[in-house]
Amino acid sequence: MTNRDANPSAGFAGAIDPGGGLAGGRRGPLQYSDVIRERWRRPRFRGDLAGANKVAEDVNPLCGDRVRVMVRVADGTVAAARFTGDSCAICTASADVLAELAEGRPVREAAGLDSEDVLGILQADIRPTRMRCVTLPITVMRQALTT
Amino acid sequence: MRLDEHTRADFPILERIVNGHRLIYLDSAASSQKPRTVIEAMSQYYARSHANVHRSIHTLGEEATELYEAARERVQRFIGAASREEVVFTHGTTDGIDLLAGALGRTLRAGDEILITDMEHHSNIIPWQMAARDRGVAIRSVPLRPDGTLDLDAFERLLGPRTRIVAFTHVSNVLGTINPVARLAARARQAGAVVVVDGAQAAPHLPLNMSALDCDYYVFSSHKMLGPTGIGVLWGRRALLEALEPARGGSEMIKEVWIDHARWNDLPWRFEPGTPPIAEAVGLMAAIEYLEKLGMDRVAEHERALARQAVEQLAAIPGVTVFGPPATVERGAVVAFSVEGLHPHDIAALLDQEGIAVRAGHHCAQPLMRWCGVVGTARASFSVYSSPEDVSLLSHAVGALRSQL
Repeated sequence: MTNRDANPSAGFAGAIDPGGGLAGGRRGPLQYSDVIRERWRRPRFRGDLAGANKVAEDVNPLCGDRVRVMVRVADGTVAAARFTGDSCAICTASADVLAELAEGRPVREAAGLDSEDVLGILQADIRPTRMRCVTLPITVMRQALTT
Repeated sequence: MRLDEHTRADFPILERIVNGHRLIYLDSAASSQKPRTVIEAMSQYYARSHANVHRSIHTLGEEATELYEAARERVQRFIGAASREEVVFTHGTTDGIDLLAGALGRTLRAGDEILITDMEHHSNIIPWQMAARDRGVAIRSVPLRPDGTLDLDAFERLLGPRTRIVAFTHVSNVLGTINPVARLAARARQAGAVVVVDGAQAAPHLPLNMSALDCDYYVFSSHKMLGPTGIGVLWGRRALLEALEPARGGSEMIKEVWIDHARWNDLPWRFEPGTPPIAEAVGLMAAIEYLEKLGMDRVAEHERALARQAVEQLAAIPGVTVFGPPATVERGAVVAFSVEGLHPHDIAALLDQEGIAVRAGHHCAQPLMRWCGVVGTARASFSVYSSPEDVSLLSHAVGALRSQL
């Protein structure tokens, strides 16, 4: 807390919530959970994948983030998955968790992984404006596996 | 008294608590906050005087028309335009450029060129691409020098007999670079081109005088200069507007209509089809009144000092890169920066936890981001209510960022 912290009830529309806004009252770093921090600092599935036979890449038009997903499929199963790209902590963590979830699964099952699966592991309170950061790797993975 | 001490209490939103902290709003270049007088002028208008303008022969219609046209005259004086016929209300800067690109585009032929710059906002790129498309018209762009200013030698080289339109920003929304409008405009006109200036980041911060700038068209938005969203201004030289065939049609912009043809209305209504943003014009008028009371010279001086302070304090933090001209050069009220190892969106989200609102991303200037060699940046921007304490709190928070993620 710094000395500029004011009485939380002094907001413009304090009746709605202590922050005086529709969603402004909550505080806390929950958007950046421990899992996200850990995966951002030390991603386990980041890097190029030798022998990748399924590759896709796309950008998030909101921020220009670019994610490339590389998968090696053998006998209908995701043998290995990796990602590269310029992306924020949330997007990087999502891609890293997704690659981990995908490995070892049948292609159809891996292509069906969705944001609920990833969010279940990230354990973070992702704001609506950042959901695209979570979903970008998921759509790119799906693209790679279905084309 | 410092300007922000004088103005702060006039902006009710600055009382907001965000994530447990007093709001530090440093995203005014995206959209500024509104003083109480603007909010009240608009609600008074809706509560007392609202009706459609121009053809309503009753008391409210006359009041609404009077207010709408008074707003136009207020804008005319604010920007030093020669007559109110030169002031066209649009829906914003993007809309104004799009209107021009549509109308001027029709006059282009195969082989013609449009000259823009590498520091343009997408709003001053895409409409020109659309005007050029399918017409065999080429788009050329003036590169930047390493210090983030336009390469004026390259400008001279690129300006040729085929250049029909030269479009550039007055102040960069990322680098804060202030372009020498009058100088560029004079050269472009000598070469026979029409000059369009994007004033979105200049109108809120600098004293403007159209005859001094001496360009052909100048566009800006209300919402970045303390006014409401949904309205903007297109200023054009009267002789050029007279000769420009409107590309958008509908009511209001006509004098007489037959089934297969029509006669256009006089200026400026010729370029304002449909019911205009009336309450927004009233709000814009109140915003201009507010700015004029402060004095635009004082506003410019206040924000220049904040930009200088931000450049100096941020650049002194290890791992922080500040983009654009150095602190010694006069620049606009924006400061873009990056923090080594942190993505701009994470910077903005972490600062938001401290109640500090900054912009992050490509700032609708992807070609410029490529020039900067980054995907995006964070950006702090200032207005009349921004204070040196706001800037210091930002610098303090930015300094602590790397330990947080």
